[in-house]
Amino acid sequence: MLLLLQYTLIFSSVLLLVALGGCFSEHSGVINLGLEGIMVIGALGGALMMRYLPADMPGLLMVLIVLLGAVVFGVAYSALLAVASINFKADQTIVGTALNMLGVAGATVLVKAINTAANPDDVSSIIQYVEPKKNFLVNLGGFEFNWFMLVAVIMLIVAYVVLYKTRFGLRLMACGEHPQAAASVGIDVLKMRWAGVLISGAYGGLGGICYILAGVSEWRFEYGVAGFGFLSLAVMIFGQWKPTRIALAALLFGLLRALSNVYAAFDFLKNLNIPGSIYNMMPYIICLVVLAFTSKKSRAPKAEGIPYDKGMR
Amino acid sequence: MRNLLKRKGVQSLIASLLCIVLGLLLGYIVLLFINPAGAGQAILAVVKNFMNYSKANLQIKNFGNTLVKTAPLLMCSLSVLFCYKVGLFNIGVAGQYVIGTCGCLYAALAWHWSWLPCLLFAICLGALSGCIVGLLKAYGNVNEVISGIMLNWITLYGTNMLLSNVKDSASPYTIHLKDAAPQAILPSLGLGNLFNKNQYVSIAIPLAIILAIIVMVVLDKTRFGYELRATGNNKNAAKYAGMAEKRNIILTLMIGGALAALGGALLYQTDYEQWQVTASSVPGMGFNGIAAAFLGGLNPIGAIFSSYFIQHITVGGAFVDKTMYASQISDLISSIIIYLCGFVLFIKHAINTGLIRGEDKRKAKQAAAEAGKGGDK
Repeated sequence: MLLLLQYTLIFSSVLLLVALGGCFSEHSGVINLGLEGIMVIGALGGALMMRYLPADMPGLLMVLIVLLGAVVFGVAYSALLAVASINFKADQTIVGTALNMLGVAGATVLVKAINTAANPDDVSSIIQYVEPKKNFLVNLGGFEFNWFMLVAVIMLIVAYVVLYKTRFGLRLMACGEHPQAAASVGIDVLKMRWAGVLISGAYGGLGGICYILAGVSEWRFEYGVAGFGFLSLAVMIFGQWKPTRIALAALLFGLLRALSNVYAAFDFLKNLNIPGSIYNMMPYIICLVVLAFTSKKSRAPKAEGIPYDKGMR
Repeated sequence: MRNLLKRKGVQSLIASLLCIVLGLLLGYIVLLFINPAGAGQAILAVVKNFMNYSKANLQIKNFGNTLVKTAPLLMCSLSVLFCYKVGLFNIGVAGQYVIGTCGCLYAALAWHWSWLPCLLFAICLGALSGCIVGLLKAYGNVNEVISGIMLNWITLYGTNMLLSNVKDSASPYTIHLKDAAPQAILPSLGLGNLFNKNQYVSIAIPLAIILAIIVMVVLDKTRFGYELRATGNNKNAAKYAGMAEKRNIILTLMIGGALAALGGALLYQTDYEQWQVTASSVPGMGFNGIAAAFLGGLNPIGAIFSSYFIQHITVGGAFVDKTMYASQISDLISSIIIYLCGFVLFIKHAINTGLIRGEDKRKAKQAAAEAGKGGDK
């Protein structure tokens, strides 16, 4: 039971972080389908930090630097989406899809190159981080508390405050609803959209490092993040683009995802004799059903996905 | 020259070629960063593909292998571009390709159907998968990208579960068709002999090209195609003009699903590859189909060439010196190319504004010259 709780919280943290990222981007008016790729690159940033930092570093400092690495990589990578979709008015769906492929391919090529450079016989795409990983865990009587759970909660509060209680957040949301109206009162729409996408890069990067450090035990970069970026988008839609509701949705989907990992530990579930694949499918199937019923009266930002054109009304 | 540049097809071609050149160049720069010693050679190896073999008969045989894998890619890209013309981004193509694979292999290995029923079964499953996305989009307002992705994962796990029943006992792969179900292998009609007795070359290749032409004719020359394009341009206008926009959305996605699923069947029914039942992600074929569709300028005939190009460099990635680089550099290059395809609209816009500016300058010059003449008088 404790194990289920642990997995649920960790998967929920990943989904929450990435979904909040998507939330910022979409509120500014840019659909961020590249979250999956941003997660991979963010994870790469964090993993590289862990590889090159000295092992005798104080634990807390290490945690902070790894998080910072993930954020910086995520932000830098999301700039590719921003420049294409905001300045060059590219189709956001194509660019997002390209970023997902580019993230996995680029990270794999890079990690393999690093591994082969260190040892010519090593052509794997794994970065070892067994030791540094321990810095992220605190054992509380059998329950492995992970710093990411705290990070996710803090980032949730930050997102809520920024979006609803600051001038910046309200202006950001105005750019996603009616950019021309926002521009008419002197808001720089392009700048706001850049901010939205870059913030989503930071959140996505955090989600990515969280996923590879806690969600799975071993990670090959060519696997990507198993659709978590897209699941997060579904969480965001299910949460109707509102941070608090997104948190609840993330908990639900985190639980479903965790069940597929630990169902074998429960006797009554094991006795049902359902193949493991069914549990793997569960989150996605339920997601489809939920979307089918909730998308009709969607509260999506009105101008999302439409490149900003000053001349339009 | 000026008039040539004004033509839409020429502009698309220029944009696509620019994307390819820039993609290769950026790939080369990445390689330079990793290891400057072999970068040039690696890019050459990717571009040369089967030409890396020194013997002519091996070259022609491997050219055949590349073509065998081009046919499914072409089907996937047709699926993407068909849906895109109606304003739908069919990212579910990857899953539809998998469901086609699942259908044809299961029908062949478990039920021992012959090749044509297997193909048709795959097509039906693909259409069904597309139909789900279409129904959700038309009646539930669910974004087709999200539902497509969800279906990709559902299909992957379902396929792994189902095909585990017909897998080889010693490996995680499904049984070879030639051992267990030779009746399901696509007929070759002697085409294999053209490629130095390549047993994998079959009717799949001409079939895919014929379908590309059919897709073009349907989109450009029929009333149905016109309605679809109208729905894509402006859903509300199409509805106002009396077109059944909901039906069109569902039908489009069904056709898209059928095309992609047929792609899966066209590859796996040659016995060139077997499905790995422990696969942890959907094959890249569908996503490469997106690349091919956009690189081909969303034109079915263009898709034939772009599919071949993408497949050519993907296979070429295997020839890269593994001690220096990963074979994924070809994935890297094709994803850079898709990214650049996002800029196609901008490139076309730049060509057009360049043309207009040139025109303006000429007119201004003419006017100035005439004004000058007037002054002389």
